[in-house]
Amino acid sequence: MAEAPAIELRELSRHFGERPALENVSVRVPAGATLAVLGRNGAGKSTLLRILATLLRHHSGELRLFGEPLPRRAFAVRARVGLLAHEPLLYRDLSGRENLRYHAELYGVPFERVEELLQTVEMRPRSDDPVRLLSRGMVQRIAICRAVLHRPELLLLDEPKANLDPAAAELVEPLIGRASGCTRVLTSHDPQAALAEADLVLALDEGRTAYVGAPAGLAGERVKEIYA
Amino acid sequence: MRTALTILRKDLRLELRTLETVPAMALFTLTTFVIFHFALNRAALEGQLAAGVLTATVLFAAMLGVNRLFVAEREQGGFDAFLLAPVDRTALLLAKAAALAIFLVVLEVIALPAFALLLLGPSLGRPLPGMVVVLVLADLGFAVIGTLVSAIAVHTRARDLIGPIVGLPLLIPALIATARAAGPLLAAHGPSAPPGKWLAVLALYDLVFALIAYGVFDFVIEE
Repeated sequence: MAEAPAIELRELSRHFGERPALENVSVRVPAGATLAVLGRNGAGKSTLLRILATLLRHHSGELRLFGEPLPRRAFAVRARVGLLAHEPLLYRDLSGRENLRYHAELYGVPFERVEELLQTVEMRPRSDDPVRLLSRGMVQRIAICRAVLHRPELLLLDEPKANLDPAAAELVEPLIGRASGCTRVLTSHDPQAALAEADLVLALDEGRTAYVGAPAGLAGERVKEIYA
Repeated sequence: MRTALTILRKDLRLELRTLETVPAMALFTLTTFVIFHFALNRAALEGQLAAGVLTATVLFAAMLGVNRLFVAEREQGGFDAFLLAPVDRTALLLAKAAALAIFLVVLEVIALPAFALLLLGPSLGRPLPGMVVVLVLADLGFAVIGTLVSAIAVHTRARDLIGPIVGLPLLIPALIATARAAGPLLAAHGPSAPPGKWLAVLALYDLVFALIAYGVFDFVIEE
């Protein structure tokens, strides 16, 4: 039997009151592939990520993660999904280490993994400082550690390299880059960077599909139209 | 239970570090006792009046804690982080109710001696064991209802108003039972044990609302 795609959306819709946030969006993402989600502010990118993360329910259509229908079987996939959202999802008055240990306990992950990740992103020297005292780039590095702490198979990355300088971006590459081996859904306001990483592209315009397919099918002019 | 303990430890650590909730509740309570001291213009209170003043003050102080219970979760993404985790959602109810109950116990450790000093006529020594039983049962009810109301309020725009508007009416039965159970204990020559009938009412109230909260909490915290 063929392996189920990591993500399967069929005619997925979600609205907030009268305003549609996503309308009839369909896409299939094979395991290990990277889907770049492009679109202007308010196009529906973050809503799509929140639905995939099981934080939000869709109103119509069908969604399966690893073959499991959502939201009915959400509990079965949560441990396989990691979300790096706009907000770091860290407590400002706890240190980076305390935050990561808290999440490690929620996921049943040994504390050794916390130390390993802090080492990877070179945050051990500042790991006992409260998060509110860290720079945005440092907070983003801790947030990335939080997202990958439980070794998820699906990574949902909302502007993952925001606030990171080139050296820090290189540090986190093994965790959230292609080398991680994870299926990835990536949003970015830098379309060229996102296209360079993508196997598939979903472009959204006011919640509707403007383009879905291979990155090669998106010519420069078309990308400009999407962001116009 | 392990998850609830993890969340509770985190909440207590945050409170110890920020001191944002319990000191505010304690200061409110002490100020209210001073206000009652002068407003009632009585040298000392006893019996049902003393019990009513004490219970109402603790209840209003509890509302401060209720309003702050999910602040870190709302403002720092703790809700989303918790909902992403593959854990039983009722662990959050258990942890938050336990945190609020602990805050109330700490508050009462400060409030009871202050009440005895500023307002209470009879000595607190004899009725103290009975008062502990009454207040523990009251704290459980305040904590369960407070957590449920706070979880509902946190998703609304008028969150600071929803806590008192929804919470206080729901807590009226607990307020009545607590005051009636404590009244005889605080009388000048009252019994040293609280009336069993009102303890039973309080315990039943706690049980019913704990079951309701357990049943609906999953739906309440989902967006």
